Amino acid sequence: MGDFDAKIETASASGLLKIQSERLKTLLRYADARMPFYSNAFREKKISVEKLSLPGDLKHLPFTLKSDLRDNYPFSLFAVPVSDVAEIHASSGTTGKLTVVGYTKNDIKLWSEVMARTLACAGVVKGDMIQNAYGYGLFTGGLGVHYGALELGATVIPVSSGGTKRQLMLMQDFKSTVLTCTPSYSLFMAEEAREDGIDPSKTNLRVGVFGAEPWTEGMREQIEKEWNILALDIYGLSEIIGPGVAMECEGKNGLHIWADHFLPEVINPATGEVLGEGDEGELVITTITKEALPLIRYRTGDIVALTCGTCSNCGRTMPRISKIKGRIDDMLIIRGVNIFPSQIETVLMNIPEAAPHYQIIVKREKHLDKMEILVEVVEEIFSDEVRKLEELEKKVVSEIESTLGISVDVKLVEPKSIERSMGKAKRVVDQREK
Amino acid sequence: MSITQLSVFLENRLGRLNDVLAVLGQGGINIRALSLADKANYGILRLIVDNAQSAIEKLKKADISVNSASVVAAEIEDEPGGLLKAVKILVDNGVNVEYMYAFVEKSGDKAVVVFRVEDNEKAEEVLKASGIKLFTDNKGSF
Repeated sequence: MGDFDAKIETASASGLLKIQSERLKTLLRYADARMPFYSNAFREKKISVEKLSLPGDLKHLPFTLKSDLRDNYPFSLFAVPVSDVAEIHASSGTTGKLTVVGYTKNDIKLWSEVMARTLACAGVVKGDMIQNAYGYGLFTGGLGVHYGALELGATVIPVSSGGTKRQLMLMQDFKSTVLTCTPSYSLFMAEEAREDGIDPSKTNLRVGVFGAEPWTEGMREQIEKEWNILALDIYGLSEIIGPGVAMECEGKNGLHIWADHFLPEVINPATGEVLGEGDEGELVITTITKEALPLIRYRTGDIVALTCGTCSNCGRTMPRISKIKGRIDDMLIIRGVNIFPSQIETVLMNIPEAAPHYQIIVKREKHLDKMEILVEVVEEIFSDEVRKLEELEKKVVSEIESTLGISVDVKLVEPKSIERSMGKAKRVVDQREK
Repeated sequence: MSITQLSVFLENRLGRLNDVLAVLGQGGINIRALSLADKANYGILRLIVDNAQSAIEKLKKADISVNSASVVAAEIEDEPGGLLKAVKILVDNGVNVEYMYAFVEKSGDKAVVVFRVEDNEKAEEVLKASGIKLFTDNKGSF
């Protein structure tokens, strides 16, 4: 069974280290023998796998980038013949080619196990009715949760994303207890529910497993209030396995990363230097048990901080990553200042009159970067007096300026005029020429 | 005693005012008074219509954000100094006027002015005490 595995999940630090070292050694030998991409890289850097002392020497190995997967499109990076690949997934790159990943039968088994462990970590048990509103298809979200639910023994409704009215109908008729989707879609659903005269706080839902996009604590509070549920963060990416890499428990003090399969490091994205516990940087993961497409030191592009030690809530000893603070590639550089969209969101969440729906437009005017934030006017707040709207605009401008140190233009827009997402929210429109 | 004013938040883009007017026109709603406050990026359209409740429903159905507020509609002499007389009564009694605008049609030989004030009850009381007639509903009854 792949649910809570006390032996592994509460292993001592030295016990976990021993498992990791052994598995890492096996993985490096495997990659050296089967993946020319890695064996060539090792040869170039004069690295002999047998001479490495692990896991300490991991930091001397080269990184794997997303572009390496794209450059080897579609199957050149696979460590097994395509005939041994049981399933293929792909994530849509915003630029150009798809990033393709493959799974052997054993990889699917592994995925089912870590995903079951992930759901169990969120408190999901046999008897729960999981409404899985992650997209089914090439995207790993839908099937990943599905496999985990089967492994755990819970009931899964493979409703996939979209079709909000049908989602709400099923949720009521089937008495779903668990909702899995992107956090922004859960808010969209709640909004639709209210419009249809359904009180979202009165469903049978108990817990939501939300991920596939970064979200803030403010958004969590809002989701928990709207739906009257526990909203927990799940982390994963198709390159590593899909959903099921790390998961929050009810304690909400970081996401437990399943480090017996996915070895985490946090690095300084500029220098590649490995950072210590608690330091914010880019998450790098080495998959130490995969067959079809193991990756060594894969740069996730996600900004996190790593914490070790026993979780005070659940007692798991696996390391924890913070909620994703942002993406390396979402990071906007506005007149030399680094800005993450999540920082803007945090500011807006603290202004009750501003709706949580926003969009950031970046333009270049007369060689200067300009940032414009579209904020929806909440109907309850909207007044016939211009003065009050002007005050709201000024408040948003000054809060952002004092928090982020940059000046922005705020443009109030009509409620519901910013595109709502079924999948990942489009928060940033960069109109600058590249 | 006061009457209902609708306010609509309008983004400053082509055709938005047209959308609102089309909903009202097609819904058989008659506009009796209006004013538009315009800013660089948005405007607020304030309206007095013959059937406020029906107008609100129709606008909301069309995904147009609408809000309502109570305002005072007073009948004034359509002659030089007519408006001054009403405003002076309010000022003398310490009633602050946020904004005001006039009705499209006349009431007999008189003009009708809409006052948005902080204290509706007080405004009504002092205007009536000075013999100024006030609308009691959106249809224009006294």
